[in-house]
Amino acid sequence: MMKFLTIEPVRVLLYLVGIIAFTAANAAYLVLAERKGAGRIQRRPGPNEAGWAGILQPVADGIKLLAKQVMVPPGTDSLLFRAAPLMVMAPPLLCLAVIPFGDTIVACNLNIGLLFVFSFGSINVMALMLGGWASRNKFAIISSARVVSQNVAYEIPMLLVVITMLMVTGTMNLGEIVRQQAGGFWHWNLLKVWVNPFMPVTFIIFFICMLAETNRAPFDMAEAESELVAGAFTEYGGMGFGVFFMAEYANIVVGCSLATILFLGGWQSPIGVLSGGWFGAAWFLVKLYALIFTVIWIRWTFPRTQFYSLLNLSWKILIPVSLVTLLLTGVMMKIL
Amino acid sequence: MNVTKETLHLATAGDAPQETFVLNLGPQHPAAHGVLRVLMTMDGEWIQRAEPIIGYIHRMHEKMGENRTWAKFLPNTSRIDYLSAMHYTHAFVGAVERAAKIEVPLRAEYARVITSELNRISSHMVWWGALLLDLGGFTPILYAFDDREKILDLLEALCGARLTYCYYRFGGLYNDVDDAFLKGTRDFVKHMQPRLKMYRDLVTDNIILRKRLEEIGPISAELCRKYGATGPVIRGSGVAYDVRRAEPYSVYPKLDFKIPVYHECDSMARYMVRMDEMEQSLRIIDQALDQIPAGPFIGKVPRVLKLPVGETCYAVEAARGRFMVRIVSDGKEIPYRVKLRTPSFSNLSLYEEASRGMILPDALAMMGSLDLVIPDIDR
Amino acid sequence: MSLFSSISEVFKGFKSLLVGMRITAGQAVKPTITVQYPHQTLKMPDRFRGHLELTIDPATGQTKCTACGLCVRACPSDCIDLDGLKKEGEKRKSVSKYEQNFTQCSLCGCCVDACPSDAIQYSKDYNVVSFNRDDFGKMDLFRKAEIKKQDWLKAHPQPPAPVVPPPPTTPAAPAPAPEQKQP
Repeated sequence: MMKFLTIEPVRVLLYLVGIIAFTAANAAYLVLAERKGAGRIQRRPGPNEAGWAGILQPVADGIKLLAKQVMVPPGTDSLLFRAAPLMVMAPPLLCLAVIPFGDTIVACNLNIGLLFVFSFGSINVMALMLGGWASRNKFAIISSARVVSQNVAYEIPMLLVVITMLMVTGTMNLGEIVRQQAGGFWHWNLLKVWVNPFMPVTFIIFFICMLAETNRAPFDMAEAESELVAGAFTEYGGMGFGVFFMAEYANIVVGCSLATILFLGGWQSPIGVLSGGWFGAAWFLVKLYALIFTVIWIRWTFPRTQFYSLLNLSWKILIPVSLVTLLLTGVMMKIL
Repeated sequence: MNVTKETLHLATAGDAPQETFVLNLGPQHPAAHGVLRVLMTMDGEWIQRAEPIIGYIHRMHEKMGENRTWAKFLPNTSRIDYLSAMHYTHAFVGAVERAAKIEVPLRAEYARVITSELNRISSHMVWWGALLLDLGGFTPILYAFDDREKILDLLEALCGARLTYCYYRFGGLYNDVDDAFLKGTRDFVKHMQPRLKMYRDLVTDNIILRKRLEEIGPISAELCRKYGATGPVIRGSGVAYDVRRAEPYSVYPKLDFKIPVYHECDSMARYMVRMDEMEQSLRIIDQALDQIPAGPFIGKVPRVLKLPVGETCYAVEAARGRFMVRIVSDGKEIPYRVKLRTPSFSNLSLYEEASRGMILPDALAMMGSLDLVIPDIDR
Repeated sequence: MSLFSSISEVFKGFKSLLVGMRITAGQAVKPTITVQYPHQTLKMPDRFRGHLELTIDPATGQTKCTACGLCVRACPSDCIDLDGLKKEGEKRKSVSKYEQNFTQCSLCGCCVDACPSDAIQYSKDYNVVSFNRDDFGKMDLFRKAEIKKQDWLKAHPQPPAPVVPPPPTTPAAPAPAPEQKQP
């Protein structure tokens, strides 16, 4: 039986199903977690009527969205309008294929995993832009323009940080990067201050860029509710909107997984014990969800940034600092 | 793509770099706080011209005043600006009392001051939460409403309503302030001091908020004077104009409080004025609670109220600025004219001139800092 | 210098963000403050202003209203409609119809203030719901008072020596005959 499961086509199919199920379940239940978390922060219980403590709320939401008519407003480019939700959902699914959940739990052990994630991660921007553009709505078009400039601005510091990490690890294989961080939390890249004293700062830059890339508050320029109604998704209703919504959470999962792998030692145990196998996957998920809850926590604490200070933050603070860390890492590695 | 006539026309109309478009912000827009509609001529995200279009909930309050007796107009005053109903009732009641020379007992005056200032705090809390909503911060409004709920509970226990109080009557109050209310108010003042510090730590000192408000939406004192802006708007522009000091009414002269003034003229200045005003209101309440005398809560009022011929004005400092009632009587039971001077209308008037050349999120932040209540504009 | 000040500004800004996050985390662990409405309800304060109701004199079990019409005149929104009739053997009129148009009422309390005999008061009923528009448009307070009267009679099976013996012509049903209306 186990042998049957490890035949290549079956294995790939299983992972495919697994990844789609993981993404869908995450998207559905992270919405609930977000609403519950927001409720806690705002001192109210959050959704609690559907099922026990609101556990069926995502199902109810899903049924509601599915039951709605998918409207294509007149005058829109209907092909692009329909294609945008598909394009926004595909990249995070592809990226999850190379994310190692455990020592051996990875769909596709690519040697250029890091490059793969970043190249597909950028498609997300195009999908949002097309969705906004095709909607033929003024709010949506403003939002599209914002998304593009925001993502261009934040791609740069993010990649600079990733180059720093690449210099430290010397490999693009995500599994290999995690293996280098074995043996306790002091071996994690986050705390490798002897390689680069700015390593925690690098992590913070990566985290901020990840928030901006996934259009999460306080950088949710694309969906700025109080300014642009619903931004690029203004004209979407029913499951079209639902897919955009799910993609947002799928992107957060990918971003946080990447942060976990690059900085927090992936599936490695923080204290050395209880490592390997399914324990590894458990550690990975614990770290992943801790980061995701930080993202939710941030969203419900801060107001939205102003658009120009958002760009200023990238060009005037994050890019210089990440350049300095890059340079410092190079120098330190040469000396050591 | 389906090329409609309109898109074809737009594509061929003039040079692309100079092309502007009209953005219809409202009447149903998340930042429009009700039914304000702003017609914006936009150049990209820059606003060339923002023209507020009002009148969507015009209810003819002034005309209604002309066809009912003085007492019957009383409930209307609460509905003009539902967030600071106490002040509005105070102005109308004060005008009639001034015209008819009705003596108001001191206890009623103190009770009016206490309830007015409580109402000011609750109104500023709504503004604070709504401004943060405009800026994309969702949590503060629920913290503010938590505290506001305490005020509303106090006022509900006092006069039976949570929003449209109708608590002041000619010559006094609807019913007496009881000990439970006085004690509850004292507890609230104690409860509010640490909460204001929490507001400051959570929001006022927050770097994102400061970047959103500082040096955004400057409104000069000249502009305020030109359009008659009052209240926190003019005090944020460096003019210490407060009706409670400029045209003292009720027992405000006996109370010690500061008028917060900021000279930066930006949205942050208006924000800070309101935050400081909450503290000053707490101070006023504290003093008034100490000084409130025993006695009757309503004076002698004739059963059929007929005002002498002539006109009377009475202005109060409402939460949004100077609210004035001008009543003209021709000696009958029914007013000849009831003119309502509402602060939000003047505060909105300067929006078109002040918002020129701003980008959309900044313009909305500035609109939030003006603290508009749409029924107050349309009345 | 300006570089240092801008660096210190960045640090200060970052610190303010952390302070904000600490506050929301502190609030998150506190108990919730909301009332889960259909499951829990609040007690209305004594002075709560709901719709009107006719009061019952606890001594006689009759409504105090004399149908004088002062409340109708005091009402700013003309939402009270009442009628009274003089029963035989009684000195004063008593109310026979009292309808409040609750869709127009602004709950100002002018009617309660105006009433000389304390015959009307606010109810504590805050969730007034109905599928029928007429339940608000013509809220029949007289019928509600009749129900209360019945309750009072049940609570006092032996009425204390009737001051005014019930005249035989008094209709048992609350609905007054139209020809008995006073002009």
